[in-house]
Amino acid sequence: MKASLRKAKEFAVEKLILLSGLASVLFVALIFVFLLREGVAVLKHASFGAFLGGTFWYPISSPARLGILPLILGSLLVTAGAILIAVPLGIAAAFYIAEVAPRRLRAVLKSCVEVLAAIPSVVLGFLGITLLVPFLKRFLGLPTGLTAFAGSLMLAFMALPTIISISEDAINAVPREYKEGAIALGATHWQTLVRVVIHGALPGIIAASMLGVGRVFGETMAVMMVTGNAAVIPETIFAPVRTLTATIAAEMGEAAKGTPHYSALFAVGIVLFVISFAINLTADLFLNRGKKR
Amino acid sequence: MTKSKRTSDRALLLAAAGFLLFGKTAFPPLPAPPQKSAALQVKGSDTMVNLGQAWAEAFVKRHPETNVAVTGGGSGTGIAALINGTCDLAESSRALEDKEIQQAKAKGFVIRQEVVALDGIVVVVHPSNPVGRLTMEELREVFLGGIKRWKTVGGPDWPIVLLSREVNSGTHIFFKEHVLRGGKSKGPEEFAPAALMMPSSFAIAEEVAHNENTVGYYGLGYISPRQKVVAVARDEKSPFITPNVETVRTNAYPISRPLYLFTRGEPSGPVKAFLDFALSPEGQDIVVKTDFVPVK
Repeated sequence: MKASLRKAKEFAVEKLILLSGLASVLFVALIFVFLLREGVAVLKHASFGAFLGGTFWYPISSPARLGILPLILGSLLVTAGAILIAVPLGIAAAFYIAEVAPRRLRAVLKSCVEVLAAIPSVVLGFLGITLLVPFLKRFLGLPTGLTAFAGSLMLAFMALPTIISISEDAINAVPREYKEGAIALGATHWQTLVRVVIHGALPGIIAASMLGVGRVFGETMAVMMVTGNAAVIPETIFAPVRTLTATIAAEMGEAAKGTPHYSALFAVGIVLFVISFAINLTADLFLNRGKKR
Repeated sequence: MTKSKRTSDRALLLAAAGFLLFGKTAFPPLPAPPQKSAALQVKGSDTMVNLGQAWAEAFVKRHPETNVAVTGGGSGTGIAALINGTCDLAESSRALEDKEIQQAKAKGFVIRQEVVALDGIVVVVHPSNPVGRLTMEELREVFLGGIKRWKTVGGPDWPIVLLSREVNSGTHIFFKEHVLRGGKSKGPEEFAPAALMMPSSFAIAEEVAHNENTVGYYGLGYISPRQKVVAVARDEKSPFITPNVETVRTNAYPISRPLYLFTRGEPSGPVKAFLDFALSPEGQDIVVKTDFVPVK
């Protein structure tokens, strides 16, 4: 009697968990279907090539000009800049925290990284617009400090906590015997780190970087505040850019349903979704590869 | 399975069951909505939709018996709806046209115009920029991207960095139509692609205060000593006018316009209450908060 009750309970709980698991898949699918439904109408107003390859973004003009190439390049440029800054810094910090720092300092650093993750992006953007942007302009002698580079710096800060904590986990997961073996064979601490630990942790570190990239790519608020949002194809990283996310955030409020502008913004959402999905998928592949070894 | 684990399982189940059974009583029933005896329809200018909605929210708090619905669609749409009787107040960012006055006459009433707010856009530069006066034509060329350096308009040899509001802003649209297109709502002119689109007037003010190359625009309310306001002339022969509440009110400053509420004839009842509220100190406070110039 009791056993059958327990079985029924187990069954119910199992199915509940299964449902929760399926729910997330369902939501992703529904979101994508919704984006597609609202976004494909843009093809009535601009061909596929004119939408992805067009260089003018004047969505409320008549006729609307809906070229998002400057926006795609803007997003990619800001993201690339952020990666170049955050990945080396993040990995170095992770190694320091995991392998070099004394135990007490390690605890302090770890909590600092967590605090960094807790700063809201609007606050970072606010600091950026009042401190970083004027500084960049003076320091680099630019016409304006509102540039892709300012966005990259802000985003690097936001990606750092992700990169540091996941890399650190990966480094800690390297089996102790590997390190002991290396040291027993006469390798120095540095040689062990560079030749052994980094090898074992590499898939995890790459996954951490990719997740950081995903965070950066989808970030909106801070970027909108410091990159200038000019829809031009950037010639250098020290020029203003407009990102995909900032475009949606800035324009969605006023786009009337059924207009070319409205469907174009949803199509921008599809582009974002596809790129983010690709980034996360790559991260997953690396993570799984790491586990199988 | 250990004992403690089992009890915690059971507690969880009980809690879930309890929530399902009694969860409803945890939330008090919503208070019954107050009886609405009147419904006001306000329709018209997209520029004024936010202002109208802010008025409506505050007005309904004072007059819970009245329902106010505010919709956009454009000044012309609102005026047409007023004439046809499908709205009670029309919001408009332009005066009545003769055609509309005649249409109202044919229906047997006179449309009453009330200026409830003013829309004045100031052009600002960095305080160290010697350029303090521009004609409308110069402004147009600057924001179209034709003039790229301050030297061309009598300034130092600095690059010009254009700051604009985002396309979702009424200020953006007004500036485009009024300055770039010379007062026409449709036209081929657009802000130069290199213009920086700033998410707020605050962002423009901040960048202008820090960057001597910039030129930006925003509502009168944002004027501060950290930016220099540019005097604007209608054309080469006209005087340069510094924008302030006075020159905007008298329409001497070229980048300004009155914002109206139109009613069918002399207003009464809730329509009058709403109009009075818009002109009251509280209503005019809301005007300031939504970046327009109060009339009182």
